[in-house]
Amino acid sequence: MCTGRVDLAFILRSFYNRIDGVYIAGCRLDECKYITHGNYHALNTVLLFKKVMEHIGLNPERLRIEFMSSAEGSRFAETVNDFVRKVRTIGPIGKGEGLNGNELTSRLNQMMMLIPYLKIAKREKLSSHLKDREAWDQLFTRDEIETLFRELPSYYIDPDKCQACMTCAKRCPVDAILSGKNLIHIVDQGKCVKCGTCLEVCPPKFGAVTKICGEPVPPPIPEEKRTIVRKKKEKGQTDKE
Amino acid sequence: MSYTEVDRVEGEAGDFRVTLLKKARYVIESQCTGCNTCVEYCPVKVPDSFNQEISKNKAIHIYFAQAIPLITYIDENCLYLKEKKCRICEAVCEKKAIHFTQTPEKVEIKAAAIILAPGFDPFDPKVRDEYGYGKMQNVVTSMDYERLLSSTGPYEGEIRRTSDLKHPHKVAWIQCVGSRQVIPGGNSYCSTVCCTYTQKQVILTKDHHPEAECTIFHNDIRSYGKDFERFYERTERLPGIRFIRSYTSIVKENPESKDVTIRYSTPEDGVKEEEFDMVVLSVGLNPPGDARELANKFGIELSSHGFCIIHPTHPMETTRPGIFVSGAFQGPIDIPESVFTADGASSQCGELLDYRRDKLTTERVYPPERDASQEEPKVGVFVCHCGANIGRIVNVPSVVQYSLRLPHVVHAQEQLFSCSTESTNQIMDVIREKGLNRVVVAACTPKTHEPTFRYSLREGGINQYFFDMANIREHCSWVHSKEKEESTQKANDIVRMSLARSCHLESLQDFDLPVNKTALVVGGGIAGMTCALSIANQGHEVYLVEKDAGLGGIARKIHSTLEGLDVQAHLRDLIRKVYQHPLIHVYTDATIAEATGYVGNFITRVTSERGVIEIKHGAAVIAIGAEVYQPTEYLYGEDDRVMTHLELEEQIHKGEEKVIKAESLVMIQCVGCRNEERNYCSRICCGESIKNALKLKEINPKMDIYILFRDMRTYGFSEDHYRRAADKEVRFIRYEPQDRPQVETGESEEGRPVLKVKVTDYILGNKLEIDADIVALAAATIPSAGSKEISKHFKVPLGPDGFFQEAHVKLRPVEFGTDGVYLCGIAHYPKHLSEAISQAYGASGRALTLLSHDTVIASGSICEVDEKKCMGCGACVDACTYGAIELYETRQGKKAKMNPVLCKGDGLCNTKCPTGAIQLKHYTDEELIAQIDAAVGDV
Repeated sequence: MCTGRVDLAFILRSFYNRIDGVYIAGCRLDECKYITHGNYHALNTVLLFKKVMEHIGLNPERLRIEFMSSAEGSRFAETVNDFVRKVRTIGPIGKGEGLNGNELTSRLNQMMMLIPYLKIAKREKLSSHLKDREAWDQLFTRDEIETLFRELPSYYIDPDKCQACMTCAKRCPVDAILSGKNLIHIVDQGKCVKCGTCLEVCPPKFGAVTKICGEPVPPPIPEEKRTIVRKKKEKGQTDKE
Repeated sequence: MSYTEVDRVEGEAGDFRVTLLKKARYVIESQCTGCNTCVEYCPVKVPDSFNQEISKNKAIHIYFAQAIPLITYIDENCLYLKEKKCRICEAVCEKKAIHFTQTPEKVEIKAAAIILAPGFDPFDPKVRDEYGYGKMQNVVTSMDYERLLSSTGPYEGEIRRTSDLKHPHKVAWIQCVGSRQVIPGGNSYCSTVCCTYTQKQVILTKDHHPEAECTIFHNDIRSYGKDFERFYERTERLPGIRFIRSYTSIVKENPESKDVTIRYSTPEDGVKEEEFDMVVLSVGLNPPGDARELANKFGIELSSHGFCIIHPTHPMETTRPGIFVSGAFQGPIDIPESVFTADGASSQCGELLDYRRDKLTTERVYPPERDASQEEPKVGVFVCHCGANIGRIVNVPSVVQYSLRLPHVVHAQEQLFSCSTESTNQIMDVIREKGLNRVVVAACTPKTHEPTFRYSLREGGINQYFFDMANIREHCSWVHSKEKEESTQKANDIVRMSLARSCHLESLQDFDLPVNKTALVVGGGIAGMTCALSIANQGHEVYLVEKDAGLGGIARKIHSTLEGLDVQAHLRDLIRKVYQHPLIHVYTDATIAEATGYVGNFITRVTSERGVIEIKHGAAVIAIGAEVYQPTEYLYGEDDRVMTHLELEEQIHKGEEKVIKAESLVMIQCVGCRNEERNYCSRICCGESIKNALKLKEINPKMDIYILFRDMRTYGFSEDHYRRAADKEVRFIRYEPQDRPQVETGESEEGRPVLKVKVTDYILGNKLEIDADIVALAAATIPSAGSKEISKHFKVPLGPDGFFQEAHVKLRPVEFGTDGVYLCGIAHYPKHLSEAISQAYGASGRALTLLSHDTVIASGSICEVDEKKCMGCGACVDACTYGAIELYETRQGKKAKMNPVLCKGDGLCNTKCPTGAIQLKHYTDEELIAQIDAAVGDV
């Protein structure tokens, strides 16, 4: 396992658990013993998450990544001690930022749901190899993150167009589409990771899925109106309910 | 068999009969548990020889903390053995392991081959009065100091002076003690390792006491090894460090403070005296004390230095067939050389004994595995004291008590050393008795002992992946030695986190991959050919691929070695053997077009004059050599009187008049390396220049030869040749990197056209102008131009200097992180011919450990795709540098597919996957999140 295995979700989970600071130690950059150079990936993860922290009102200095070799015990101790001092001055998570507990939980919860989206939207940048330290802070900008969240897409199935063909439901990687034979499909916005697969796979003749940005998603169609009553195509054939 | 000596050797290669003398340890090995109770009760305190007699031990004791086997023995200081009194140990031993009636036992064994690895003895400075060692308390040897630095040392890792137990503030090291000295009791050779071990000690001293002032009195700094130059610079740059190039003498000891005065001189201040709190003598390497006796017993010959005589082209062979040698008994060598000579000796034994391979082996059979995947977790927690390493800081019994209160834990106990055979057997027994299905060992790092404990699980009949290691040593006791209470708390946290993860662990299966028995050797120089021959001599087909039109590599330009070996004759012999070997297929003018596959199953496409072929092979050896730097400095390329050292050698060999009849010749060392661009030492050039100088002096004794150098790095026995050159009046002038020599064309006073070489002489303190007829440049050895491509093809890394980066610089010098690919020769780093040959045998030895098996085991901890969750985005494909994942079309769209044998388990894909469709087994999101959650609360 490589430092590159450190997932956005792990960092977020730690803060969710009210850990006050997260320190990630990786191998020295450009000294990967394999060919992976996963520490650069970990660096990108940290750089992105720091901006996310700013966005949700957490002090980004609660998160740090350092690179060192196994022979640099003193460097490890030094940087950890420094980090601990820093986190102490910031104070307990939430409190240090003037956020109350519920507010913090709700913001982190919301972010937890958006991690898959972050991975999709920032896929290229998350694989950068930034050799130049100066460029680190510029990899993700504040504006970029603000825009990202402002233009957060939602996928919506138009009940008038949906023919309940089940294609999107079968293909949805996270089982976020409520479906059934002859039941108009509904995107469970709480489960949706905004990958867009449904939009991609909805048969063009139906064109039922739309991407909505910056606007609220219409409420799901009431349960009783979901059943599609199809016209009898041939004599003797009935809809099976 | 420890505590055993060789008594007699009879027979011959293939059929030795060796009589061993198993000394009486007065302890029954199979009964002693290493509990140390006897040690506690033993009334006899004696100087602890393992700790350089600085601290005390008992007459019954375990030799040292990591001894194998980890059991006690009774030495000659025992009261009962001396005076028939006491016997307390016998009374307190619950296992009844102590038997005073034990007598030495003769054991006869049969062996087909013998490897001698008796190592070396540190030089004893007591033989020379002038060091004051043994008289002045604060004069210690580097070996003493090594123990002082160690956490299992006399003061548990604290550096203290024996005189007053204070931490020394001013410490001085004196280099070359017992080395490079032609005086009675001294050794004329260079001990090779002292410059760098001293730098290590300085760095560790600064780690212990950042304020410490360290002074190193040295002659040449011989940072000739891989990465040593950087290490030297790192030491030099530390605050409070002085490197002083001066001879020294120890003048006196302050009768009150016991501080030690050293006299030395510097060009600026002349002779000075200075007091130090502690003086470390950087002692050299002597042959083992019983080398003579050993030589007689084994019937081998020793050199005038008392080390084993080896032949430069067969560096692991002694003068007696069937007896091989590895390690420092060959002469003073560093760890990597020790390791590859060991592998090399094993390969040479393999060549001798190949016809009998596998005749005596039995396969390890494990009990059938219980399917515990459906059971509720039943966890056993084993908390290790690691001697005192953990137990001294962390309250181990309290961690055990804590563990017992955690959910799913059905057993918890402490162990002195969890890694000992006794303890691992215990783990195995508990698994069976209590029906454990998960095991947590709270000890050190999985890097060292995870495999050990996984074996215990297998022996205990459960899947080996139901195991987790909680690191309470490196991550806890070692870093919190001053916070005992908190460290126990932290150990509890670490155990709880580990437990949480362990409950989610799944049973995984390693898988057997078939091994293709063929090897591919890339590079047909001396290293490549030697390696190919050794592999082929053990019955494996070898494809030898060379980019040039002929075999031989850079050795074609070398005519003799410093020791006088006829390189061309050896090369001819080697090439003949390679071509005649029925199992070796040679491809010249060849390039590698593509290499795919994995350990045991590579497929490489080679383009050569014989067309394109596809080679299927199980192992690959990279031996592509290196190149010589083409200087741009010192008029090279502009004036044909300026040449590289190799060109000089060629001209001497040809008897070129203008060279051998030159009145004056200047050699300039370190051209193109030890600079910013190439921050390494090329290792071989000092020897090369000395060799050329001696050769020229032999042909034309009147020639004036100057060698302008920074540090003469004639390490090991080459030092003798350096001295010989000085005796023959080759003049050595040291220059500083910031004040390099200058070369211009000009005329001598007599009007002879010459090269004017200007250099500052630091000893005389003036500028010299030398009229030279010839200037030879010791041009750097640089990585081969093809390195990058080969590195990409075989997915093996290059180091910062562009040479191939081995898996571990000390411990795995011929392997790569990529399994099945090996390394030898100067593609690894510049090295002398005999070193390249040793390493070639080393690589063949490692390759054979793979090729001699029918299958190789691949880890079960790899990534797996859940197709239903996969959205076919391909983020994982981009992240995988091993090409282990590809997208393929299904009726449900594109899906990722894993090739499990290519997966290295780094888990980058897992991190990139938006939907969690790809999971790194054994480190899944679920397992790691459980561990993170347990960091703050309950399991």
